[in-house]
Amino acid sequence: MNSNMNKTITYFAAALFLFVLWDILALLLRNPALPRPVPALIAFFEIFPQSLWRHFLISTYRVLVSLFIGLAIAVPLGLYLGREPKLDKWVSPQLYLTYPIPKIALLPVIFAIFNIGDLSKIILIVLIIFFQIIVTTRDAAQNIPANSVLSVLSLGATPGEIYRHVIIPACLPEIFTAARISLGTAISILFFTESFATFDGLGYFIFEAWSRVNYPEMFAGIIAISLQGFILFLILDFLQRRFCPWLYT
Amino acid sequence: MLTLNSVSLVYTNGKASVNALVDINFQIEQGKSYAIIGPSGCGKTSLIFLMMGLLHPTKGEILFNGKPLLKPHRDTALILQEYGLLPWKTVWENAALGLKLRQVDEKEIKCILERVFEELELTECIDRYPSQLSGGQKQRVALARALSLKPKLLLMDEPLSALDALTRENLQEVILKLIKRYQMTSVLVTHSIEEAVYIGQKIVILSGRPGRICAQIDNPEQGTDGYRKKTSYHEKCSEVRSLLEVYSQ
Repeated sequence: MNSNMNKTITYFAAALFLFVLWDILALLLRNPALPRPVPALIAFFEIFPQSLWRHFLISTYRVLVSLFIGLAIAVPLGLYLGREPKLDKWVSPQLYLTYPIPKIALLPVIFAIFNIGDLSKIILIVLIIFFQIIVTTRDAAQNIPANSVLSVLSLGATPGEIYRHVIIPACLPEIFTAARISLGTAISILFFTESFATFDGLGYFIFEAWSRVNYPEMFAGIIAISLQGFILFLILDFLQRRFCPWLYT
Repeated sequence: MLTLNSVSLVYTNGKASVNALVDINFQIEQGKSYAIIGPSGCGKTSLIFLMMGLLHPTKGEILFNGKPLLKPHRDTALILQEYGLLPWKTVWENAALGLKLRQVDEKEIKCILERVFEELELTECIDRYPSQLSGGQKQRVALARALSLKPKLLLMDEPLSALDALTRENLQEVILKLIKRYQMTSVLVTHSIEEAVYIGQKIVILSGRPGRICAQIDNPEQGTDGYRKKTSYHEKCSEVRSLLEVYSQ
């Protein structure tokens, strides 16, 4: 309870500090594109219950579905590659060749094939975060101490049981790290894909307010997208505490 | 109980190959305790992995009660140098794993473990994770996991090498007591002459790489009261030391 309290106070202090920095910057720049925090916050609390919440939920849905699909595909593949050096030898060069391609450039292709809906946005995000997750997971699976695997093999475990009792739990902390990094990436890509040919989502909301030169409203959108990232980060933290209790002893 | 007939082991990595063990002929008789000693890198660990069924000989055969040993045998348990505990499982979960993999029901697991934990003075640690234990406690958990399976053959790969002198002597006593009480046959791999003489009724000396059996010494006074303080114990240590000096050249 006490540590929860401390954490809340720390987060509150950090937020306050950021708002002060923001205020100083706004005062120095004196540019309407960077309003001071108080009007921006007032705009946020005014608009959120009216229309912003809908864009918030739509964007959150898109991020979560993309993250879930990305993890569901890349984690099992990464774990398997990490434990099968022969297959990895064959797949690795292909991963390394395709990893650096800026997949965001494929956006027009994906829009052309899958139309401009949720599906194309999700496909683009999955395509990008897939690489981050698979490489991190594979490396984690490769680095599992041989002793952990051998000791469980000596107990008569089947390959499936080795995955269940050793490989998956050993890689969970790195999978969470990959999920956290991918979450940030997913939000950024989504913002980009929502910025045109769309009528919902936080990206749309922010760009639409910008086009109307309504800066406080635009900043309400920016606060919403930041809040979205923060809440999803907290959820990942909570899940990691729940599923990796040994890291917190 | 376990027979090794002309066993050789070659490790191959691409085109390079290393002879780890050459022409090992060795018979483990039921109820005896063996200590295997040899210089670093002589293949001691490989030999114990072969006996466990985790490795397979390149040449020769290994028989368990007359049948070829192709995978870890139910009647054999292994204790590893770095304990082989899983950091993500509590002490209880680690110790219960072997029984769980054998589909023993929860009630019986509880019954077996409570007895073993009391014997090994681990009752207070059951909810802790391995990272919260001392080296000696970790090795006791590894022992508990092995003993819960009621093995007939206990294989130990330098189980005490990471411990301080006093904990080490204390655990040597514990191991001796348990081997007697559970009427197990045991094989201990060690690089400590004193430990080999204290625990092994038969001491097997391996040469430097590639490992060959150079000598097998009987140690009839092993296990007698106050053996560690007897002259015969120190004489046996000297005998083993001089043989090791000759064969590790």
